[in-house]
Amino acid sequence: MTDFILKRVAALLLPFIQMYGLYVILHGHVSPGGSFAGGIVVGLAFIAFTTIYGLKKGRAKISEKATALVESYGTLWYGLMGMVGVFKGAPFLANKIAGIDLGELGALSSGGLIGLIGLGVGIRVSSTMITLFFTMIEEES
Amino acid sequence: MSFTAVDYGTMVMLFILVAASLAMYFIKDLLHAVIVYGAYSLIMALVWLQMNTPDIAITEAAAGIAMTVLMMVVISRTSRKEG
Repeated sequence: MTDFILKRVAALLLPFIQMYGLYVILHGHVSPGGSFAGGIVVGLAFIAFTTIYGLKKGRAKISEKATALVESYGTLWYGLMGMVGVFKGAPFLANKIAGIDLGELGALSSGGLIGLIGLGVGIRVSSTMITLFFTMIEEES
Repeated sequence: MSFTAVDYGTMVMLFILVAASLAMYFIKDLLHAVIVYGAYSLIMALVWLQMNTPDIAITEAAAGIAMTVLMMVVISRTSRKEG
């Protein structure tokens, strides 16, 4: 597709869409939203880029190896954050029982491990969306 | 907070949801079914917002768009007619 207006508007809007997705991921525990919704928004930004600029440029932005790495390490990050509770002598994914400082109300750092866990889940969901899309669009019809 | 009956706006939206679900089942053209699914997803997000769950509304809106895009890709790779 070689539409000038579409490409310019996408180039203007896509950074803000990605920024909004990251905002929703990071503020999942203090405001509406969450890591799943934010991850889908971040993934949709890449999907929109690929549908507008073509498959080759989209693959140049985020390769198959990168999505595989992000997916694996996102899950591993979730597991590691859960094991923090176990190492402190509390159940898996324990937050307050393990003695982790919960921060202040309304601040981004409040919620202890939940923000870090949300970051892992968010990047994993976004790379899952990208992988689904590329698997379908790269298949020979 | 006690249980209250849903207001008329929500009731209309719920009826639209039922009609859209039945339409998706009976429409034979898959592209039209995907478009109806997009409308269904939008109304569903509004219903979630009416029921005081804004986080689920955001998730529904984002996931609805994502599923619509993925189904469009699948239709572009396969046949548009059902069966």
